[in-house]
Amino acid sequence: MTTTTDRPTTALHAAAVPDVERVRRARRTPRRRHALVVMVLAVAALVALLVNLLLGSYTFTAPDAVRIIVGSGIDRPTAEFILMEQKLPRALTALLAGLCFGASGAVFQTVLRNPLASPDIVGISTGASAAAVVALLVFGARGDVVALAAEVGAVGIALVVRWVAGGIGSYRLVLVGVGIASAMLSVIHYLFTRAAIWDAQLALRWLTGSVAAAGWDEVRLLVVVLVVLLPLLWWSASSLRITELGPDAASGLGVTARRAELVMLVAVLLVAAGVAVVGPIAFLAFLSGPIARAMNAGRTSVIGGALVGATLLLAADYVGHYLIGDVNMPAGIITGAVGAPFLLWLMARGATGRSPR
Amino acid sequence: MSPSTAVSSEAANPTDLPGRTATAGRARHAPRGTTTSAAICIAALVAAALASLCIGNRLVDPLALFDAQSPDHAVMDARMLRTMIGIVLGAAIGMAGACLQGLTRNPLADPALLGLNAGAAFAMVAGITYVGTTGIGGYIWFGFLGAGVAGLGVHLVASIGRGGATPGKLVIAGAALTAALTSWTTGILLTSRDTLDQIRSWQVASVAGKQTDAFVTVLPFIVVGVGLALASARILNALALGDELARGLGRSVARDRAVVGLAVMLLIGASVALAGPVAFLGLLVPHLVRRQVGGDYARILPLSAGWGAVLMVTADTVGRFVLPPGEVQVGVMTAVLGAPVFVAMIRRGKLGNL
Repeated sequence: MTTTTDRPTTALHAAAVPDVERVRRARRTPRRRHALVVMVLAVAALVALLVNLLLGSYTFTAPDAVRIIVGSGIDRPTAEFILMEQKLPRALTALLAGLCFGASGAVFQTVLRNPLASPDIVGISTGASAAAVVALLVFGARGDVVALAAEVGAVGIALVVRWVAGGIGSYRLVLVGVGIASAMLSVIHYLFTRAAIWDAQLALRWLTGSVAAAGWDEVRLLVVVLVVLLPLLWWSASSLRITELGPDAASGLGVTARRAELVMLVAVLLVAAGVAVVGPIAFLAFLSGPIARAMNAGRTSVIGGALVGATLLLAADYVGHYLIGDVNMPAGIITGAVGAPFLLWLMARGATGRSPR
Repeated sequence: MSPSTAVSSEAANPTDLPGRTATAGRARHAPRGTTTSAAICIAALVAAALASLCIGNRLVDPLALFDAQSPDHAVMDARMLRTMIGIVLGAAIGMAGACLQGLTRNPLADPALLGLNAGAAFAMVAGITYVGTTGIGGYIWFGFLGAGVAGLGVHLVASIGRGGATPGKLVIAGAALTAALTSWTTGILLTSRDTLDQIRSWQVASVAGKQTDAFVTVLPFIVVGVGLALASARILNALALGDELARGLGRSVARDRAVVGLAVMLLIGASVALAGPVAFLGLLVPHLVRRQVGGDYARILPLSAGWGAVLMVTADTVGRFVLPPGEVQVGVMTAVLGAPVFVAMIRRGKLGNL
């Protein structure tokens, strides 16, 4: 930023206009591209939302759906029930939770400067899930208390991983996270085997993530969380592109480490909110960042990541619900089956940051 | 009864005495000596086995095993089988871990971390669902195949990028493969509705409630695997010097790796088929043993088997009473106890030492 402002003053003596123009253009092109990417992704998310609403085993025409949602009712109680109580809350939950996962993943990968360091791989998602399951099965909590437990668990695991790995930005963090995540997974397994009935659907939701249980309560919770956290993220994420230069350069440019930690905290809270509602959707946070980045010519975009997350979760839910056999495959299984090979491919390309020892 | 013979054979192992005199000059590599370590291991195994027989939902006099009239006879029978399975599987997994660490020259190598367990479980579930295999004697072959392919795949992916197959990259590739395979396994189990309840048994290891004939079916494979692993101690010692030096010593590195890989495949495929995936045990045991007896695989391998059995049986026994009522499966116990040690190893940063 600072370098670009003092460059034109020296250039003014000679060929002022072309240089200024060149700088302006160099700054404008990425911005335009980013706006275009965000628009394309927003349209994609909207299309995915509409597909989830209108198509499926019970289809609606667009005018019918609008009439039902606006409330100028058509006289078909079944249709009204299916749209308003099942499809709409489920699709909205997938959209909002996807935003949470995607934004959080993009922030993690940018601040930690490693595409592997997304909250699902460093154990934050599993930590949130384990805390939620403890609250659910051990203390019999319901609703918002479970969500609160997930938030506390996520922050706790984040602090533990950070403390054990000794500071952010190291490769150790990923390895420590992998270890802690596998321990958390077996805690979840254990709690479900201890529960009197082995409810496979519920267990799958907390192990791999599923949108199937969504209702209006879940939508309300996500809206509240997003309304509180998004402005905070917006304000703190403006420093992300500088954080990306590394801790030394960033503090030289006036972005303190404290600011980076605030962004991380917001990201942890976002992903925990997502987990509290739909479970730890496998690899969703991990996938969103790199996809948005690739579309945005290699530049970080948190909004882009969020929109990619929403689109992916909606698509995964649709595929799992309607397109595979006659079973309801949880969305987390779809994203896991697709996401992990992507990670392997990323590793094979050597695009996973500094080589670890 | 092969486990006990495998364990006791290490005390009678003729290589012990020459090995001891040879290492007398550099005693700091083997602070306690192999014989002492073996003796402690056998004593610990006997104690662990006895505890496993006595402790449970209620305390039982172990002599009831030999008294068919005793009301506790059935309990003792079940606990006997359970203890035997624990000993055999612990030995198999401990040995497989040592072999893997030697094979990849990687201190973080572990059958679970490298995705071998998940590969075996996935292949078996796929075999049961799509090929129609029934019985453990049938799907154990899929277990071998899955473990082998997963191990090769993880190593391949990790070795492509910059710097070759470093410990960290192997672990992350293994975690990715495990996640993918777990998704696919769960997906297959979901499509065949009646197997829904089985998800548990493919994702959390347990040595409880197994049938004797399943154990008898698996046992020969583990015996062969253990024999193969013990025979490959010299191979692993040569590989530890690096590929070039091993080749200079006249070894065919590719064939050697295949032999050790076959042993690991047999041990892991069989153990997953019988009990399910056990994490971190194969990672910890060889490190524990190496600290006692140094880097010679002729000593590491048998002791890894012994200590693997001790830890497995102990974890199973502790799991019976640690959180009453009900039991904690041995797979959960090893993961919860093993993860902090794994994390501590990473934190110490001593990863590149093999």
